[in-house]
Amino acid sequence: MNQKQEKKCRELAKKVRIHCLQMVHKGKSGHIGSMLSMADILPVIFTQLINIDPKHPKKEDRDRFILSKGHGGAALLATMSELGFFPMDWLDTYYQDNGKLSGHISHHIPGVEFSTGSLGHGLPVACGMALAAKQAGKKHKIYCMVSDGDLNEGSSWEAIMLAGQHKWDNLVMLVDYNRLQALGSSPDIIDLEPLAPKLEMFGWASKEADGHDQNAIFDAVKSLQPGKPNAIIFRTVKGKGVSFMENNYKWHYGGLTDELLAKALKEVEAAQ
Amino acid sequence: MRKAFNQELLKIAEKNPRVFMVLADIGYGEIEGFANAFPDRFINCGVAEQNMTGVACGVAMEGNIAITYSIANFPTLRCLEQVRNDVCYHNANVKIVIIGGGVAYGELGISHHSTEDIAIMRALPNMVVLVPCDMAEARAATHAMMVYNGPVYFRCGYKNEPDIHEGPIEFKIGGSLQVREGKTATVFFAGTVGINAKRAVDALAAEGVRCRLVSLHSIKPIDREAIVRASKETGGIVVVEEHNLSGGVGSAVAEVLMDEGCGHVPFRRVALPDVNVSKVGSQLWLRDQYGLGVNDIIEAVKRLKK
Repeated sequence: MNQKQEKKCRELAKKVRIHCLQMVHKGKSGHIGSMLSMADILPVIFTQLINIDPKHPKKEDRDRFILSKGHGGAALLATMSELGFFPMDWLDTYYQDNGKLSGHISHHIPGVEFSTGSLGHGLPVACGMALAAKQAGKKHKIYCMVSDGDLNEGSSWEAIMLAGQHKWDNLVMLVDYNRLQALGSSPDIIDLEPLAPKLEMFGWASKEADGHDQNAIFDAVKSLQPGKPNAIIFRTVKGKGVSFMENNYKWHYGGLTDELLAKALKEVEAAQ
Repeated sequence: MRKAFNQELLKIAEKNPRVFMVLADIGYGEIEGFANAFPDRFINCGVAEQNMTGVACGVAMEGNIAITYSIANFPTLRCLEQVRNDVCYHNANVKIVIIGGGVAYGELGISHHSTEDIAIMRALPNMVVLVPCDMAEARAATHAMMVYNGPVYFRCGYKNEPDIHEGPIEFKIGGSLQVREGKTATVFFAGTVGINAKRAVDALAAEGVRCRLVSLHSIKPIDREAIVRASKETGGIVVVEEHNLSGGVGSAVAEVLMDEGCGHVPFRRVALPDVNVSKVGSQLWLRDQYGLGVNDIIEAVKRLKK
């Protein structure tokens, strides 16, 4: 990725963070920590890596992107809206009566491949799409973004085993690995470590990358290993970009007062 | 009946290259024909029904028809949230086929009895619910299901079920099929327990009590017109099903009667009581034990309040 592209991704990530803070504040909703955690990854994926056209979101040869951690959907919606998948003013209707956008991601939105909200659903569906693509001889890839909590679900591991068994190398799992979940620290609840070797033992190619470094994100997803499904484990910080939210599990659910919103926006806007 | 289903499915898959079978390690002795003929459209997900249903949904989202297939509650209740959120919400072209509807796997015990499935499946938006009663219906329902674009729940029987229909049938999703004509009452039934309903109606006819006998093979959508007509043209309604009393076929018929202002019609349900079917025995024996015997149906008709 050249400097210009990197800058574009960083600027988009900043916009995504601002949108998410405003959406969560206006909607009096939660999950802001989970949104900010992946706010650097989504812009790199959507502008540099996957083949998807905002003007033709159903194009047959598009890459498929499934957000399995559907509770962080506002970050995806903000990214997609900035890229022109749907009008920006829809973001104002997030979590509102008669709103266009629900708290969890919905396929009723142009460009959203699949609705999620209950964890452990994305990866099995991504496996089905990988199988169908292989059978039809299609070349597109299927990306599925999961969280720590997602990887608590048995159904995710059912899918991990199946993908490894069938060596679906058109399947890419992106792990937003912030090590926090709803009620505390993931290592204290269900410790996924050692995650990368674990996935390798299940037949996946697996690597770690800094989920807040645009170049690292790009390089990790760009260089996939053939012959196996690939997992990129992004080390991320829950609440990244807002100091009082970072690494605090209370911001899985926490709501934003007017004062906290102002404080958070100030920090995000000041960041480079 | 499972053999009839698999034979028809194979025929359909030979002509339609978009048909996939997505299994969870069940189907020994029945699914090999499909697996051998179309290895690239067949996948065994291992004993993992949640994943099976998610995979089927993903396959279907790509323009295919995906069949999930397993025993009793494995492809429905075990993975109910995948059925609801993935299959039904996305209106994915997934066909959920169970083998052994009701207590067909009698001696295997409660884990293998599918006795609440109709209530649960019919409560899901976008889901079509089909309950064929014999081989002819099973074959016809398979074709109807595969032509229909959207989620279908297919409650298949097990093996060697007797024929109920005596000639060619015209199966339609949302329809019903009359087996006998009569005016005293109408006996609606769904599924293979219909053989007991038929025997009961024939025994009543021998006493001069002539009842209409109708297979309600399609629980959702349901043949409202046939139900309303039965309430107007015959002296009462009995509904026979191999399913818990709550929320099944009898409930579905009662809902139509109340909605359509026909609530006055004498009405009785012949269904499994709201208990765990924990006695050990064959399907035929269990039917008699739990109030689904021929005599239970005869009694229900006779006790319709006038």
